[in-house]
Amino acid sequence: MSLLSVHDLRTYFYTDNGLARAVDGVSFEIGAGETVGLVGESGCGKSVTALSLLRLVRPPGRIEPGSQIIFDGTDLATIDEKSMRALRGARISMVFQEPMTALNPVFTIGDQVAEVVRVHHAGSKREAWDRAVQMLETVGIPSPAQRAHEYPHQLSGGMRQRVVIAMALVMSPALVIADEPTTALDVTIQAQILELLRELQQRLGTSILLITHDLGVVAETVSRVIVMYGGEIVEEAPVRELFAQAHHPYTEGLLNAMPQVGHERERLATIPGTVPPPTSWPKGCRFHDRCPYAWDRCAAEHPPLYQIGTGHTSRCHLADEPQRRAEKHEPLVATLTGERSASR
Amino acid sequence: MLPSIRGFVSSESNVAPAFGRLVRHPSARWGLGVIALLVLAASIGPFFSSYSCVEQLDIVNLKNAPPSWPHPFGTDQYSRDVLTRVLCGARVSLAVATLAVLLSMTLGTAYGLIAGFVGGRLDNAMMRILDGCLSIPRVLLLIAVLTLWERVPIGGLIVLLGATGWFGVSRLVRAETISAKQLDYVAAARAIGASDTRILWRHLLPNVISPVIVAATLAVGNVIALEAGLSYLGIGARAPTASWGSIFFDGVESGVAFFAGNWWVVLFPGIAIVVTVLAFNVLGDALRDVLDPRQLHLAQPWTDDKK
Amino acid sequence: MRRLFVARLAQSLIVVLIVTTISFFVIRSAPGDPFSYDAPNVTPAIREHWRAQFGYDRPLPEQFARYVTSAAHGQLGYSFQLHEDVSTALAQAIPRTLLLTGVSLGLSFILGLVIGVAQAVRRGRWFDRLSSGVLMLLYSLPDFWGALMVLLVFAYWWPILPAGNIVDQVLHDYMSPWQAFIDRVRHLVLPVASLTLLTMAGISRYQRAAMLEVLPSDFIRTARAKGLPERQIIWRHAFRTALTPMVTMLGLLLPALLGGALFVEKVFSWPGMGWLAANAIAARDYDLVTAIVIVGSIMVVIGNVLADLLHVAIDPRIRE
Repeated sequence: MSLLSVHDLRTYFYTDNGLARAVDGVSFEIGAGETVGLVGESGCGKSVTALSLLRLVRPPGRIEPGSQIIFDGTDLATIDEKSMRALRGARISMVFQEPMTALNPVFTIGDQVAEVVRVHHAGSKREAWDRAVQMLETVGIPSPAQRAHEYPHQLSGGMRQRVVIAMALVMSPALVIADEPTTALDVTIQAQILELLRELQQRLGTSILLITHDLGVVAETVSRVIVMYGGEIVEEAPVRELFAQAHHPYTEGLLNAMPQVGHERERLATIPGTVPPPTSWPKGCRFHDRCPYAWDRCAAEHPPLYQIGTGHTSRCHLADEPQRRAEKHEPLVATLTGERSASR
Repeated sequence: MLPSIRGFVSSESNVAPAFGRLVRHPSARWGLGVIALLVLAASIGPFFSSYSCVEQLDIVNLKNAPPSWPHPFGTDQYSRDVLTRVLCGARVSLAVATLAVLLSMTLGTAYGLIAGFVGGRLDNAMMRILDGCLSIPRVLLLIAVLTLWERVPIGGLIVLLGATGWFGVSRLVRAETISAKQLDYVAAARAIGASDTRILWRHLLPNVISPVIVAATLAVGNVIALEAGLSYLGIGARAPTASWGSIFFDGVESGVAFFAGNWWVVLFPGIAIVVTVLAFNVLGDALRDVLDPRQLHLAQPWTDDKK
Repeated sequence: MRRLFVARLAQSLIVVLIVTTISFFVIRSAPGDPFSYDAPNVTPAIREHWRAQFGYDRPLPEQFARYVTSAAHGQLGYSFQLHEDVSTALAQAIPRTLLLTGVSLGLSFILGLVIGVAQAVRRGRWFDRLSSGVLMLLYSLPDFWGALMVLLVFAYWWPILPAGNIVDQVLHDYMSPWQAFIDRVRHLVLPVASLTLLTMAGISRYQRAAMLEVLPSDFIRTARAKGLPERQIIWRHAFRTALTPMVTMLGLLLPALLGGALFVEKVFSWPGMGWLAANAIAARDYDLVTAIVIVGSIMVVIGNVLADLLHVAIDPRIRE
């Protein structure tokens, strides 16, 4: 039985500009000790999915009834706030994107890590502090006993992110959700943080849901990838298979857009057009106007998730009519705006 | 917040489109309405009253008369109709406040622009002096000066009020100037050879004007209240000129027990003041919301020189 | 940290110097002096004699130098009206003003902060709207009028509290210590209430704004993700961080507070600095008024220094 089982999660925002269906029917599973990557560009709903798992979505957003988030037997979508709070930080925790602002500037880092322990009544002040120092050491902060008395502004970005990870792991949660944990960091630090996550995952056996827009990050760290677009999952596959044999045109586009050493002389490929606003998803396939293979069925009929192989699904009509893959053309949006997609 | 190319050339400020937003703002409408009513009452109100501003009516029978039909606001100790005095007082109070605030804003903006633009040691010195000025409680200083000045002409009062109210504004303007100074379009203007005064006038000023407008609106309300307070102490507008504050002073003689019997002399002008100040405060707040909130987070309540 | 303190102190001394200079010159430059009032048997010759005797005919800088030197010796002039040295009169009056403003400031902060937080947390709901309206009204009251109304309502129409003064003028000396204490407290209530009502309005508006700015912050989201109860998030994290801009505001509101205290003292005949100043008007008590302006300003400067120290204590980011 998997650790986390999400069924038909829908998170809608009731804004002044209309109803934004940020997450529109997402289902996936994460097993114990697994590392799963959730990939997509801004606006696809991945961050909102993460927040929904922890029930951190604030009004005007809410998790629609009918959504199920089964964590270790309990449906997180329906339990009361008190029970949810008991889980947050202790059984499921989250690492956020911006280390510069994720920490409270007026409390010491030791205090902030120890706070997690104390809030969950897992130790006295003294014990919590010791655990915090230990955790700081585990995440690779030098001289942890002294640095625990320091304030966030005295640390570099990389160090702060380590502190945030320490806060997330100090209670040995079963699941850690990392929302773009390295996006705001330098490339070299990025590598270090990812390495740290990998190490900790192996050591503690935690499951990790790694959310990112960067496929390169995913390649190194996860065992399975979920690609999101337009508030839905459009492809899911084991990582090697995704890179070797991506099915969905969006995934293809993402892979093509990755800059690769060795192909310097070619123009960088882009996916023309932009994500449509969540207040007005197109009727058929949400990617059809940017897709180089789309045909009339795509505009009219919303594709379900087709099974491509074991553990590999794709929300694309090409699964049904694979011969259409030969009929590549300029995407609809490019013909409208004149944008050109230079593909390799 | 980089300005468009068009913005760079003409330094368009964001005041004009903001006006449209202002009239749609719910509380702003109320504030504007009250103020419009007030200005109307001040300008033509007194013509509708059967009494003049200073006319002393039946000295025996109408002295300290409580509110009645012919005298809705009662009469004061000199047998003057309080309602008429309130209407006349509106003129004086509004005029004094508006002119004083105009003076304050001009002084403050000039000081702030220069300090912010020139920077360095001059800025340092100017700020030290400003710190000193800000530390002097405004009321105390006004009392000190006005006490000794025997017959203060109304113009003198305006100048004094104006001269003591510019400190907060100059801080705001200086802060705005410093951040605006660093924007690209100033460097670009310099690169094409624009002189410093030109930059100051055409580029920086339109952009620092927003917090000044907010501060000015709030200040008018404050000065009306301040002038009333000074008049209550006996050093504001002098008899027989009626400003809202002097109605208290004239009508109250000495001794608290006395005025308790004349509550209408205190209540009605007071309500007039409160409503007016409220209107200006509401309007000022609305202006703050409407004129690019990002720029105005500096213009917080206590920097508008309440006293 | 010590270096910061010393630097700040030095800065304040400069400000005090500037303040004294400005006050002195502005006051002495105003037309008129203590001897220019109309009185039947005072001839111009007598006026000139007085002026020479008290040094009012000397050039201003010289007057200033003399003033500063005698001030350094504690000699701030003589009040003809009160028949005593200015310093003596002030020595009695200042503690009373401090009591009034101190208690009011404390109360204003407690009330203002709590209401501001409550408003921010319930943003847009009826409590927020209603209290914002009421506070806006309070904020718009002229100081003296608010005090007058409080006096009218609670000392006359519904006389439950004394109408003025610091203690019962007649009976206080005959009271037992406990009664005397209660007497003092009763006399303190209305003036403090008047001053607090006005000050609290501004503080809570500011605090509300500060909280609203802090609540959407990332670190608040982190705190939620850690499983903290909402109450702890609001008070330990949001409030604590929003306190920093509040302390800055403290310094800014001191001059206004003293101004307000002046009117309250006059209305309630509370014999502090403000009351002395208000009464000095009719008596044209030059020396007293000058001294009050300078002392008042120095109080503000000291207040600012204290506020700065508080700021450093609260916010670790400034400590370097």
